[in-house]
Amino acid sequence: MKQFLEGAVAIARTVAMCKPAVIAAYPITPQTHIVEELANLIAAKKLNAEFVNVESEHSAASCVLGASAAGVRVYSSTSSQGLLLMAEVLFNIAGMRLPVVMCCVNRAVSAPINIWNDQQDIVTVRDAGIILLFAEDIQEACDLHIQAFKIAEDKDIMLPVIVNIDGFILSHGFEPVEFPAQDLVDKFVSNYEAPYKLDVDNPMTFGPLSGPEYYLETRYAMQKTMENEVMKKIQAVADDFTKNFGRKSFGFIEKYKTDDAETIFVSMGSICGTIKESVDDLRNQGEKVGLVRVITYRPFPSKILVNSLNNAKKICVIDKSISLGLNGILFTEISAAFYSNNNGKNFPKISGYVSGLGGRDVSKEEIIDIFKQNKDVETEFLGVNKENIGSYI
Amino acid sequence: MKEVIIFARAGQGAITTAQVLGSAIIKSNMYAYAFPHFGAARMGAPMNAFLRYDEKPIRLRSQIRMANYSIIVDETLFNLRDPLEQIKSGGVAIINSAKNFVSDKDRKVFSIPATKISEETVGKPMANTVLLGAFSFLTKEVSLERLNEAMSERFKGKNVELNIRLAKAGYDFASKFGS
Repeated sequence: MKQFLEGAVAIARTVAMCKPAVIAAYPITPQTHIVEELANLIAAKKLNAEFVNVESEHSAASCVLGASAAGVRVYSSTSSQGLLLMAEVLFNIAGMRLPVVMCCVNRAVSAPINIWNDQQDIVTVRDAGIILLFAEDIQEACDLHIQAFKIAEDKDIMLPVIVNIDGFILSHGFEPVEFPAQDLVDKFVSNYEAPYKLDVDNPMTFGPLSGPEYYLETRYAMQKTMENEVMKKIQAVADDFTKNFGRKSFGFIEKYKTDDAETIFVSMGSICGTIKESVDDLRNQGEKVGLVRVITYRPFPSKILVNSLNNAKKICVIDKSISLGLNGILFTEISAAFYSNNNGKNFPKISGYVSGLGGRDVSKEEIIDIFKQNKDVETEFLGVNKENIGSYI
Repeated sequence: MKEVIIFARAGQGAITTAQVLGSAIIKSNMYAYAFPHFGAARMGAPMNAFLRYDEKPIRLRSQIRMANYSIIVDETLFNLRDPLEQIKSGGVAIINSAKNFVSDKDRKVFSIPATKISEETVGKPMANTVLLGAFSFLTKEVSLERLNEAMSERFKGKNVELNIRLAKAGYDFASKFGS
């Protein structure tokens, strides 16, 4: 039976079905409801896990790093400034090849302080060696969490996974959610048996000093894992999920009405729902428009994206983050993917739009307007109110 | 697709109201998406809870600017922007107030003294459930039975019975407006 649940609560209950042994987190809006619910489940003895209260996100990440190194399944979640405070530990978790699973409830980064949604937080750690997944709706956020444990803990992968959900829009939104049967989850995400762990009888060192002779090879190994094993298994895990749970999971990308599309939008997260509605409206007006939704953002599925986009004439990338001084992050990466993967052939015109920063509402009309204006732009901000701009411009 | 805006102040239970309504609506093979919009994150600040529902899954994530129905929990919000400006033509507004508001040809406006009804019925100010009962009668979008089921799942202990009585009281009060 479907339940009408808040995203954070639905995610927490899904995580509980995956049975992590240690959870550590520090409260931060809009993530807090996830760990609150997990703490409730542990207190009610519905989840047998150790909940470690910590004094900061740096400690939360360190705590799950330690527990994961000791060989158990772990979970944490955070947002915005919390993720930034975790940043150095996240690089350590990835470098030590620890299968930590986290949720980042995406929120703007200070200053000015802003608690609302954009995706600037997670893109700051996109280079850490973490597998990054983005959900469009609450059900998908739950489904990706189940897959995250299986991907992270795969013996051929052993890398952290962060599932991203848009703050408030999904974390505080309510939707009908369906939970799978516990035995299906148990079978899909089997008990974690660490291939290596901290053990007094068989001592090991994690993250020791590694000089110039070895460090480069550790990064090479991580890159090869991303390029090979992760690229292979993400689709396999998604297909396996679809088969076992009877609910479609897409893997790398979702193509929406792209077959004959001349203009294709590209974006990630919940805004893709609004874009799909815009695509339908434009299709009703006879326009050949589609959407490619990026679900797996790291490893970046460059070839898959180029193949799905290169029959279009125009690509409009809608980012909820920006590398200030360059462009929207996804815009830059899609452009780079075409440059490297199109064998020197001509490729579609790519325009970049930065939208929804700090929780700015993005309407269907604004998306339709992007199509209608058909501009060639690299960094066009949607909805800038000139009256709100101060003296630094 | 139908869209509802609940106008309230943070702490007045608007999110729970949207959740109960959405939860009741999906019981009839519908889809729904409820979500809050906060201004300043503090108690008493004006806020909205939004609800969309349809026969197909809701994908639209933007805030609701113009609603088919609105529930105005706190009439002091009229001192700010007039909530009635955000109702579509043909829409219905339900206001927690004893004052008379005037309907026009584009929209119907109903005053329900929900706080007073709640205090008389259960001795506590639980206006939102009274307004939900009135919503059920005035819009016919959801039955009292579905609301009661949703509230039985959402609330615990004696609060279930209190809320069911309040929804009935709101429904009965609204029924004097005729259908």
